[in-house]
Amino acid sequence: MLSYLLRRILYAPLIIFGVMLLTFVIFFVLQKPETMARSVLGKRATPKTAYDWLHKRGYDKPLILNLGQQRQAPDGHPYDSSGVFDTIFFNQMRSLATFDLGVSDVTGRELKGVFKEGALPSILLTLPAYLIGFCAATGIALFLVFVRNSTVDTGGVFLCVALMSIPAMVYIIFGQAVVALGLNYFPAFGFDLHGFGIIRFLMLPVSLIIVMNLGHDVRLYRAVFLEEIAQDYVRTAQAKGVSGNRLLFVHVLKNGMIALITMVVANLPLLILGSLLVESFFGIPGLGNLLVSAIQTWDFAVVRGVTFLTAILYIIGLTLTDICYALVDPRIRLS
Amino acid sequence: MNWELWLQNFSVVAGIGFVVWILVHGARSERWQRAWLRLKRDRLGIASGCVIGLYLFIGALEMIQLPVGPQGATSILSLLAGSVPVEPSFSAPLATTTLATKDPKPLRGRHLLGTDALGKDVFVTTLRACRTALIIGGLTSVIYVPIGTLLGILAGYFRRWVDDLIQYFYTVLYSIPEILLLISVLLVLGEKSLAKMAFALSITGWISLCRLIRGETMRQAERPYVAAARALGQSQWNIVTSHLLPNVMHLVLIQLVLGFSNLVLAEAMLSYLGVGSPIGTPSWGNMIDGARGELSREPVVWWTLTSATGALFGLVLSLNIFGDALRRAFDPKRG
Repeated sequence: MLSYLLRRILYAPLIIFGVMLLTFVIFFVLQKPETMARSVLGKRATPKTAYDWLHKRGYDKPLILNLGQQRQAPDGHPYDSSGVFDTIFFNQMRSLATFDLGVSDVTGRELKGVFKEGALPSILLTLPAYLIGFCAATGIALFLVFVRNSTVDTGGVFLCVALMSIPAMVYIIFGQAVVALGLNYFPAFGFDLHGFGIIRFLMLPVSLIIVMNLGHDVRLYRAVFLEEIAQDYVRTAQAKGVSGNRLLFVHVLKNGMIALITMVVANLPLLILGSLLVESFFGIPGLGNLLVSAIQTWDFAVVRGVTFLTAILYIIGLTLTDICYALVDPRIRLS
Repeated sequence: MNWELWLQNFSVVAGIGFVVWILVHGARSERWQRAWLRLKRDRLGIASGCVIGLYLFIGALEMIQLPVGPQGATSILSLLAGSVPVEPSFSAPLATTTLATKDPKPLRGRHLLGTDALGKDVFVTTLRACRTALIIGGLTSVIYVPIGTLLGILAGYFRRWVDDLIQYFYTVLYSIPEILLLISVLLVLGEKSLAKMAFALSITGWISLCRLIRGETMRQAERPYVAAARALGQSQWNIVTSHLLPNVMHLVLIQLVLGFSNLVLAEAMLSYLGVGSPIGTPSWGNMIDGARGELSREPVVWWTLTSATGALFGLVLSLNIFGDALRRAFDPKRG
């Protein structure tokens, strides 16, 4: 048991290191810092402004190791780097390891504050959607398993596949155009963090997120419950005379829940990301919205920061789930 | 002689040939023959397979280019649609005048699904967009399927450090939310192109295939036939390619079909976010993105959104249903 826990906990930093490496490769190796400067500055980019931009952020240093190589600065200015390890790679790693996410490339604001501000609206949007969606999907999946191999079951699965086959934007466009603008049930845009007004703004986006994920979730959970129902203990319980309803809603539900919760809990930290599309369509000032506007303004620092932050949270969530799982399920511990 | 043209035509024919080769190759195995017998009885599965075939046919019409016309190359579909007139502006499906409250102009022809802002026939654009979806799906599959299959078999067969390394590799990739990784890579790669999108999508695409194949290989590796092959002194390479590979190939086929539907949806999503298909490429994602503003016009322009969504929905739904039918045919107990 202890060795399993220890292994799981030691594995996490290793993965975090891998993520740091990967973000570095994507943002500094796949594109040269000079290209980054040009895309951020756009038309304002002269060699001088581009150089200043790079210099201010320390992106004019050598990439991995400073072995005295000279890169051609636009104005013949020497690249300033002190010591072998004063390079983009080591500086990036150091700042990521200390959770110093830096400043936005476009607005120059401290990213920590920006993320803190964005996390609350995102959680307010996704947490209710996630909880209600989970309960609804579990309920429907159990119902489909209850009536399994009937026309209702087949029809239900077909409906799930149909729901899965509609792109997320279409749900949102439809919801906004018909329910909000056409029927005027809800506001189509905006957000209000104070008081109960917030419920009015959140109702439609939350229900859209639930419907969007429903098809996929129901199908997945149904498969989990069906697998559970084929287990030996179910047959034993049946043989002992447990009624069909009790069997499904007590025995199968409880055991299936273990599998479901491992699928679901690891994703909980990702809720701070909200739903990119829903947030940007409805003008909810969360992290997802921030990310969409960062994409449109070429704000690499924000994209980098969000990527790293969510990856870390996901790894923490995954490790915690593994540990909880080992605590409740002796089979994992022993293997 | 325009060699680029013929290269393109050749790759289309080669791609179709490759699929046929897999099917012919598979047809020799008994498991595939039995699956085919079961699939033939599945009417919904066959119907969805036919719909996929129709989409492939339309896509091929747009992909195969003939050396005629002013630009030196014209697709067959453009030749067929050459007589469809271009109107001055929006027009409703089958309308006789343009869509304008004040002095509508008469149209030159009738349009089944109306025309867009530039007066182009929406039906023809929708058919053309088939090509983009198929190119993204096909190109990505060509990249990720061999990688995922090979790594999965290697991890499942050799275990130990090979397995650890491959698992570490995909855990790191998986820790970054898929959508963020796609956005980051596409943003960094700069100018949009279909090939870049396929590259980005295959970075994340191989993971689920690899996990699936890894699990199945572990199960297969325990079977007596693998031990027998080893006892007969067959090389490791031979065991992997001629014993394990044919026995997991059906999972590759199922995953290929189901993965294709996700790729088509991802294309639409990325195009909406502004990092997907290049502007001007007919694509369902671009059409849906463009339709956002059209819905708030007075009178409402609904036909672009509807036809793009309908076409996308048809393809994704039939892929999902066909994939499920394949799974049932290959594995009737668990399907």
